[in-house]
Amino acid sequence: MEELNALFHGFAVALSPLNVLLMFVGILLGVVIGVLPGLGGANGIAILLPLTFTMPPTSAIIMLSCIYWGALFGGAITSVLFNIPGEPWSVATTFDGYPMAQQGRAGEALTAAFTSSFVGALFAVIVFTFLAPLVASFALKFGPPEFFSVYLLTFCSFVGLGKGAPFKIIAAMMIGFALAAVGIDTVTGQLRLTFGWTEMMRGFDFLVAVIGLFGIGEILQSMEEGLAFQGKQAKINSRIVLETWAKLPRYWTSSLRACLIGCAMGIVPGGATPASFMSYGVAKRVSRNGPKFGTGQVEGVVAPETAAHAAGTSALLPMLTLGVPGSPTAAVLLGGLLIWGLQPGPLLFVEKKDFVWGLIASMYLGNLAGLIVVLTCVPLFAAILRVPFSIIAPVIIVICAIGAYTVHNAMLDIWLMLLFGVIGYVFKKLDYPLAPLVLALVLGDRAEDSFRQSMLMSQGDVSIFFSNALVGGITALALVLLFWPLGASLIARLRYG
Amino acid sequence: MTMLKRAARTLAIALAGGLGLSSPGFAWEPTKPVEFIVPAGTGGGADQMARLLQGIVQKNNLMKQPLIVVNKSGGAGAEGFLAIKEAKGDPHKIVITLSNLFTTPLATGVPFNWKDLTPVAMLALDQFVLWVNAETPHQSAKDYIAAVKAAGPNKFKMGGTGSKQEDQIITVALEKATGAKFTYIPFKGGGEVAVQLVGKHIDSSVNNPIEAVAQWRAGKLRPLCVFDHDRMPYKDKITKDQSWNDIPSCKEAGVPVDYVMLRGIFAAPAAPKDAVAYYVDVFRKVRETPEWKKFMSDGAFNTTFMSGPEYVKWVEGAEGTHRTLMKEAGFLAK
Amino acid sequence: MNRGADTARGVSTRAVEIIVAGAIFALGAMVVFDSIRLGSKWASDGPQAGYFPFYIGAIICVCATVVLLYALVGKHAGPRVFVSWPALRRVLQVLGPAAVYVLGIQLIGIYIASAAYIAVFMIWLGRYSALLSGAIGCGVMAAFFLMFEVWFKVPLYKGMLDPLAFLGY
Repeated sequence: MEELNALFHGFAVALSPLNVLLMFVGILLGVVIGVLPGLGGANGIAILLPLTFTMPPTSAIIMLSCIYWGALFGGAITSVLFNIPGEPWSVATTFDGYPMAQQGRAGEALTAAFTSSFVGALFAVIVFTFLAPLVASFALKFGPPEFFSVYLLTFCSFVGLGKGAPFKIIAAMMIGFALAAVGIDTVTGQLRLTFGWTEMMRGFDFLVAVIGLFGIGEILQSMEEGLAFQGKQAKINSRIVLETWAKLPRYWTSSLRACLIGCAMGIVPGGATPASFMSYGVAKRVSRNGPKFGTGQVEGVVAPETAAHAAGTSALLPMLTLGVPGSPTAAVLLGGLLIWGLQPGPLLFVEKKDFVWGLIASMYLGNLAGLIVVLTCVPLFAAILRVPFSIIAPVIIVICAIGAYTVHNAMLDIWLMLLFGVIGYVFKKLDYPLAPLVLALVLGDRAEDSFRQSMLMSQGDVSIFFSNALVGGITALALVLLFWPLGASLIARLRYG
Repeated sequence: MTMLKRAARTLAIALAGGLGLSSPGFAWEPTKPVEFIVPAGTGGGADQMARLLQGIVQKNNLMKQPLIVVNKSGGAGAEGFLAIKEAKGDPHKIVITLSNLFTTPLATGVPFNWKDLTPVAMLALDQFVLWVNAETPHQSAKDYIAAVKAAGPNKFKMGGTGSKQEDQIITVALEKATGAKFTYIPFKGGGEVAVQLVGKHIDSSVNNPIEAVAQWRAGKLRPLCVFDHDRMPYKDKITKDQSWNDIPSCKEAGVPVDYVMLRGIFAAPAAPKDAVAYYVDVFRKVRETPEWKKFMSDGAFNTTFMSGPEYVKWVEGAEGTHRTLMKEAGFLAK
Repeated sequence: MNRGADTARGVSTRAVEIIVAGAIFALGAMVVFDSIRLGSKWASDGPQAGYFPFYIGAIICVCATVVLLYALVGKHAGPRVFVSWPALRRVLQVLGPAAVYVLGIQLIGIYIASAAYIAVFMIWLGRYSALLSGAIGCGVMAAFFLMFEVWFKVPLYKGMLDPLAFLGY
């Protein structure tokens, strides 16, 4: 009850005209930032942070967090339309979202993506409102072994999903790991795989690789097939939103599962990217439509988007209650709080009630505002596909180049993007799967770091991954998932053989 | 476009003049936005400080062109330092330093040195504090070190940021001074280390004050001593009964180790003298703003300001200290 | 199944398969080589810096070898032709200018190179008039310039020659 009172007070704070205006400004900016690959939520907020010093802290954080929501929404747009993930957590959205757009169902895919984003966020905010203290203490239980087991779980929920030559799947995944290892090694501080070339020190950024592999690769593929993005004949229907909504409730199990995965991964804090991958992987395994995933299933858009948004939202919780950011964007917001003289941590909820509950209320309102903004734009976004290919293709390549550059302000990244484009084109045609490659690239170094931190803690004893119920449980679950396909086929063989 | 901009600039100058902030004619002033390189990722300590500076400069109209923060974190910051090293003579680029100014070239062998750059000013020195979990019985640095020794080598886990960087250097210095032996576990960021300590996944940390203060106030962590000659000067109560000033210096706690981290500004090699003088003046003004003062006291920084030969001498000394410490620890690149 | 592609002439899938497998093998070998330099053993306190990369590199080499052998023996199900000559020409029509474009960025910066690229692409492949193409190219890049340099204060790459220096950004 106490929470409800505080929340209503928070709504009063958040609903001042200035704050509502800032909310919409933030959402719009965020969508723009999310659409541009490279200029992600973290960079976007960092860039706009100094501009907010003149505002009262509550208004500033409302605007900045709305930029965050906007970026979360915006990341899905280019994934669906052009197969270019605007944000790392939108990669899994391309798997089914882009095929849908190719079939002329871009509006449906976007509506599904935005709506499930909203559902995920709403779920996370409700958890946030009522369970904040409890959840914070859960996050404290996570040390290096627990983190490693979570990453292991993500991998295991995803491998074994692809069809095709097993050696090519393994090769693709290992290439991802190898690329992730380039640069400075966190544990020993040594430079790895740079061969004395200083430009290599920054390593291969996930976003640069993804922009090339998916975006440029797709354009090359379209070129080969003749000059067109398929689906440009998509009919634009102003009622598409309502029609899609009518279909969405049937995916409620997937949605709920994605919400739980997302919240858990956000709080831990594993982050939105692994959450979206894991949710997609799990949905593909357990859903009745599972085998058809990757061919344009609405469920394949719902699962990753819900989880990404739930994780993105709940990532703010450990930031506020513990001062440990659940995502790079949360890290920048954390910097903002410190600059405004607010100390995130256990006492923030006690000492700065107005601020905390204003922020929580703005999460409800900001997400709602975001949903309204992006849904009204669905026909507009879908109409982009009607622009002739020979205009939109060079513009996309330019956006990709700018995106690749802004990730690290590095010219070399634009060349790498082009190289990854060729790799993406060739790999796709030779049936080397790209999903394991990018998953390994995004999680590889984190998984390795947490593994080696664990080894330092246990002085090289691997049994640390079963040293308590939590880590043991997650590790066991991961192993079960890994061997599930093998076991299932074995059981089937026993039964029929 | 240009007309509009000129008009806006004139207006800004007029406004600044009206507020009495315009400075008497400088020999050099920036003619385009100044790139402020952060040799670390977004969200870290150096990044926070850089963005605060950008905001203060903008809010108080201290420069006619904006400061633009650009993160170049690759290779433990080497990327950022190499970028400014290449911009020879360019007065529109400055860089903020962490200890990686010294540690990265020593540990990785990447070819740069602070002598390649033009020293501008020291903004502050960041302190390090020895923290333990508040639920442990260790009440003083002496108790804690005794417990570490009693448990035997590698039984106690020290968490810190990065490898062969400031946190690990302090850990090694601590081992040298006391004979205790820790297992050092590197993490990616300071906030993460503090939370790992609260969660008891590690036994102690050498977090900066600002990284751990929230957990201290919440009664989750306990500071044992600060790695400096003297106590920190801030006497306002942070917790119910303690201020930063109540934390003993490690020397008086019987653990003779001191280490501070430079938060300083450097310009490109061979930057014009007038440009350096301009930046020194800007940062002097920044130091007078209430926003900066508040940030300094929140983070319990040592607010020593230096420029010119005095600053160069300090940096020289610090480099020597790092070289000695890292050599003893075996961290130098082969 | 894929009869149309099979009857067309072009680059054989087998050749591409062999080249790609060879390249992947080389990559794996590089990784293994550098890992040995770093130390690839399991030390008393856990794996050394090169431990994981060493095995990753080794697995890459093994996989590449298997794929290579399959390709050499000729056992694969896909279409015989990787890409037909006309299709390859279309791909190169995009890839070639894209490479020139990136080189252009290196020299004259993102803004001018991009405007020129968009315009040329439209004229060459879309057969639009030079005027319209130029207008769209410049318009798009002017919008990006305003957004990045003026509002967001994110400096993009200006190129080694920096022809836009007169704008003061």
